[in-house]
Amino acid sequence: MTNLELQNTIAAWSDQITFTEEATEFLTAQVPAAEWHEIALQLKSTPELHFDYLFCETGIDYGTDLGVIYHLRSTDLKHEMVVKVNTSDRENARIDTVCDIWRTAELHEREIHDLFGIEFNNHPNMQVLILPENWVGFPLRKDYSDPVNMIIR
Amino acid sequence: MQQEYIVKDPFKTEEYMINMGPQHPATHGVLRLVLTIDGEIIKKVEPDLGYIHRSIEKMCEYDTYQQIVHLTDRMDYLSSHINNEAVCLTVEKALELEVPERVKVIRTIIGELTRLASHQLWWGVFGMDIGGLTTYFYAFRDRELINDIFEETCGARLTMNYNIPGGLMFDIHPNFVNRTKAFIKHFKTKLPEYDQLLTGNIIFEKRTKGVGVISKEDAISFGLTGPTARGSGLVSDIRISHPYSAYDRVKFNEVLFTEGDTWARYKVRIQEMWESISIIEQLIDNIPEGDFKVPTKAVIKLPKGEFYQRVETARGELGVYINSDGNKNPYRVKFRSPGFSNLSILDHAARGSKLGDLVAIMASFDLVIPDIDR
Repeated sequence: MTNLELQNTIAAWSDQITFTEEATEFLTAQVPAAEWHEIALQLKSTPELHFDYLFCETGIDYGTDLGVIYHLRSTDLKHEMVVKVNTSDRENARIDTVCDIWRTAELHEREIHDLFGIEFNNHPNMQVLILPENWVGFPLRKDYSDPVNMIIR
Repeated sequence: MQQEYIVKDPFKTEEYMINMGPQHPATHGVLRLVLTIDGEIIKKVEPDLGYIHRSIEKMCEYDTYQQIVHLTDRMDYLSSHINNEAVCLTVEKALELEVPERVKVIRTIIGELTRLASHQLWWGVFGMDIGGLTTYFYAFRDRELINDIFEETCGARLTMNYNIPGGLMFDIHPNFVNRTKAFIKHFKTKLPEYDQLLTGNIIFEKRTKGVGVISKEDAISFGLTGPTARGSGLVSDIRISHPYSAYDRVKFNEVLFTEGDTWARYKVRIQEMWESISIIEQLIDNIPEGDFKVPTKAVIKLPKGEFYQRVETARGELGVYINSDGNKNPYRVKFRSPGFSNLSILDHAARGSKLGDLVAIMASFDLVIPDIDR
């Protein structure tokens, strides 16, 4: 499918999804957090889309919002797209997990949980993966204070 | 007369947990696995990471694009040249910078030499992990020759730092072509020895066939890449699907096996060594003349936007995601490392196996821990 066909197919599901192709090589869809799990299911199960391969999952701190970026690919139809999900609640950031759809997300989401402090709803094991258990703060957030200069500047 | 023992109550077994690592010879680095076992049978494998986490992604946010390149060979140190190349390609893609043909070909040749060296080390260590120490010495004997070529080329044997955005740090050494040819000639006689020593060994076959089977569906769902995915029949070679550098002008096959077990993953890497030799042979006599770099500004500023570039390291797809806000430092860098995704299937693949087989399964994944932790 071309990017335009992908966009038309997905846009028919909800009027809350916005698309852009500016300054990136992929078709990028911004999906509201409340609808994300349902849309993720459809992205995989719709036969003409069949996004069965999550090849990259990135946490990002935009300064005000926290977000997760999903790079998706279809192994048989060969098309690719990017989905972004944001949340503005920095104190109690929650996004639905997709590890029931793409199981590779399980470790990726635990890593994002450690480093960005985003909780993933319905994740089977949301314990710390990388950081020590008594670590305070979320190191990859932009407002992380680093008094002991852990990161070389 | 043989005495008969009648066991009235069969032995009761119960699940218990043991630690494998962080200091364990078979994890090849500081990976800690918390195992739940019942007798010899593995019920659950839970990785605990972070023992060598350096937060390279955060460090990148304070570094210039030239500096980021040097951090990346500390991720997968056995594919350091290819890691460097990935960042350079991302920056060049963002700047729409066309590097000279000479650079593309040299990058490809050294990338394949890196893959050979990495697979050699993997082969030696695989044999050692399941009890055949000799493989280690065979592999290191041949790998030494590649490291010597690297040393002459750029001064370093492992963490090369030969790539810079826009090309190479300096031109290849006058001896490079001859030494590479000599190595290929030597290694072509030695690679069949690898087969004689390990591949046809009946103990080795028993230890690997049918162990840690991964179906193609699982390989897709867990996001596997590289030889680990190709052992399950998943077409995933970035060099063919998204060619970069000089891979569009060489002919080679994507090695696929469909069994999905440890044996299949072993055969993929052995066969890939032959393909790498073929790629080098096609290019080594045809290195174009020209510059070895194009000049870039001292301070590189990427345009605003998001850039994703993937390369095929010895372990699979390395993706570099750069989110730039137009400054000299990136806003966010993410390294999609092959080891991290491949590790995620370890629990699934090892469940139900014997404890001793876990070592064989892990060895067939070819995990490099700094690549997982970053």
